[in-house]
Amino acid sequence: MNTILEVKGVSKSFPVKGSFGKSKGAVSAVSDVSFSLKERGTLGIVGESGCGKSTLARLLLRLIEPDEGEVLYRDQDILTLKGRKLNQIKRKIQMVFQNPYSSINPKMTIENNVAFSLWTNGVSKKEARKKANDYLEAVGLPRSYAHRYPQSLSGGQRQRVAIARALVLEPEIIIADEAVSALDKSIQGQVLNLFQDLKKDFNLSLLFISHDLNVVEYMSDEVMVMYLGKVVEKGSAQHIYSNARHPYTKALLNSEPSMKVGVSNLDKHQLIKGELPSPLNPPSGCRFRTRCPHATAQCGNAQLPTIEVNTGHHVACHLWDMGTGSLSQNKQSDVLPI
Amino acid sequence: MSEVLQIKDLVTKFSTKKGMVPAVRGVNLSVERGKTLVIIGESGSGKSVTLRSILGLSPQGTEITGSIKFQGDELLVKNEKQIQKIRGNKIAMVFQNSLSAFDPLYRVGKQVEETIKAHRKISRKEAKSIVIDLFREVGIPSPEERRRVYPHEMSGGMRQRAVIAMALACNPDILLADEPTTALDVTIQAQILNLFKKIQKEHGMSIILVTHDIGVAIEMADQIAVMYAGKIVEYGEARQVLSEPSHPYTQALMASTPQKEMSGKIVTIPGQPPLITNMPEGCAFSDRCPYAESACTKASPELDLLTEQHRVACFMQDKMSKEA
Ligand SMILES: Nc1ncnc2c1ncn2[C@@H]1O[C@H](COP(=O)(O)OP(=O)(O)OP(=O)(O)O)[C@@H](O)[C@H]1O
Ligand SMILES: Nc1ncnc2c1ncn2[C@@H]1O[C@H](COP(=O)(O)OP(=O)(O)OP(=O)(O)O)[C@@H](O)[C@H]1O
Ligand SMILES: [Mg+2]
Ligand SMILES: [Mg+2]
Repeated sequence: MNTILEVKGVSKSFPVKGSFGKSKGAVSAVSDVSFSLKERGTLGIVGESGCGKSTLARLLLRLIEPDEGEVLYRDQDILTLKGRKLNQIKRKIQMVFQNPYSSINPKMTIENNVAFSLWTNGVSKKEARKKANDYLEAVGLPRSYAHRYPQSLSGGQRQRVAIARALVLEPEIIIADEAVSALDKSIQGQVLNLFQDLKKDFNLSLLFISHDLNVVEYMSDEVMVMYLGKVVEKGSAQHIYSNARHPYTKALLNSEPSMKVGVSNLDKHQLIKGELPSPLNPPSGCRFRTRCPHATAQCGNAQLPTIEVNTGHHVACHLWDMGTGSLSQNKQSDVLPI
Repeated sequence: MSEVLQIKDLVTKFSTKKGMVPAVRGVNLSVERGKTLVIIGESGSGKSVTLRSILGLSPQGTEITGSIKFQGDELLVKNEKQIQKIRGNKIAMVFQNSLSAFDPLYRVGKQVEETIKAHRKISRKEAKSIVIDLFREVGIPSPEERRRVYPHEMSGGMRQRAVIAMALACNPDILLADEPTTALDVTIQAQILNLFKKIQKEHGMSIILVTHDIGVAIEMADQIAVMYAGKIVEYGEARQVLSEPSHPYTQALMASTPQKEMSGKIVTIPGQPPLITNMPEGCAFSDRCPYAESACTKASPELDLLTEQHRVACFMQDKMSKEA
């Protein structure tokens, strides 16, 4: 399979101002992130809240400018392109935002919200309308909703408008940031199935950001795990879900609630020990070391390598091999109850 | 009785081009002190409209009938000024679109402080320390610094936690939470749900929680209401409803949850719910229901006792139990 999007060493810090505008340092939101997205592939991105997933997505679309790195779309660096060339590529990469309310225009009808970007790309009104309606239907919104305004829609209905809006341009890549989290399970299934169909029928590639580990497993060929701005592990979904090597990935996978009626899990709910460190001053070396049950002095070393433990399976932990037993058996000691 | 909130025959109609159309069509429910009612149901079934009706936050021209009693006091007869005293104070709400809940121009901590000061006579300094404590409790890392950031500088999940902190700021008697943990990962979700439970224990706070996450429902619910097309189709004690879902819609909803290690297509419920402008005479689920017979299209079933603690609105219960 060809690579459609290749990201190399992308970083972004946000300066933080204290009182009276004095600089208090910077939040390292995304740090030296690299990955590649294959044509028709789905790369799932998971990680705790605040680890930099949305920032990464915005960097790829140049909604914010990265401090460094390259973003290659079919070998062209998006970060150095300008004007028309950039816009052409941007059209091929669409994003469904985490906050769908921000991307929908409240003054336009649903149909116009979806058709608008087609008109601005030179499609005739009639054609744009037809397409808009086709996609609204595909995400499960009845035709009669086309002429309503966003305020009169339920949360899930609005979320689907945002998805239709991204799909209607028939992009090559969709970046979906928690795109289905607000949907009830039946509609969610319908939209996920739709994504799967579009991948087959239109060569769509997906960057799928979600906190729902089951959904990510279902959707993704490859999975990338982030922690505090850094990639800690990436590989095929199968490797990650059945043979995770990074202590953080293991802890994350362990925290899935079980679905048994009548048993509360919350009390025993296993959380990763300690607080997420402030991204203002992330720990040196491995950023997870302050919460890692296996950390050694060496983990603070700034030059820690990322190890390919299996074809395409990369782990940013020099202890990846450490007693596979103790790390992979989901021992109580990996995580502590809150 | 310890009922904090009691809703009877709630009908909420919106004015549309096609006239007044009901999004909520006769909802009855009640919540006891210190207990949690979880509402699940189809997108567009009227969950959010029900919550907004309680708070008097419906758009102009909306017609609400029935009765909503809060601590024995009828809310539907109150004027805006009277409602304002209760809203955000005794009844707090976390909205579904909470990511846009903050004003982008002001610092997040400041906005939470202002909410507290609007309802309680305390100093800036006290308000500030309450905010820091709350932020810590909802799991916002480095709360002293985070207070000072603007909404867009917070990640989605952090903003959601800040909204929850704001809702809890005045120790409400009842919390209306519309998908409050939707964008949160499981560890933080667990932390928030634990916090809710802790406050419930300490202050007897009641909760109405809307969620589409069956896992959350299992964790939190004392009672469950399942909504479909503006009505409650199944209602009762949580364990009974979840372990023996009896309405065909509830059953289908439970079956379409993606599970671990699943492959192939996700099972979804075929067809679409009826439009609120075009409600059928009979059971609103009948055209998607595998058990439906002609009786189902003629009259709309009412909630009927299945057991003491479990009610379902379905004519086909006998047939279904025979087939099972
Ligand atoms: N414009 C900004 N200015 C300052 N800090 C920012 C800005 N945008 C994001 N951040 C910070 O960068 C970090 C990463 O945020 P990001 O939104 O990418 O997280 P996320 O992984 O998408 O989290 P979530 O799952 O909660 O949505 C957070 O600490 C956030 O506060
Ligand atoms: N102001 C309005 N005017 C007309 N119809 C409306 C208005 N607000 C909501 N509706 C309709 O009322 C129905 C119920 O909406 P509601 O927001 O309560 O759904 P919900 O159950 O919360 O769904 P979701 O899970 O998608 O958030 C929907 O069909 C919606 O389109
Ligand atoms: Mg995000
Ligand atoms: Mg809603």
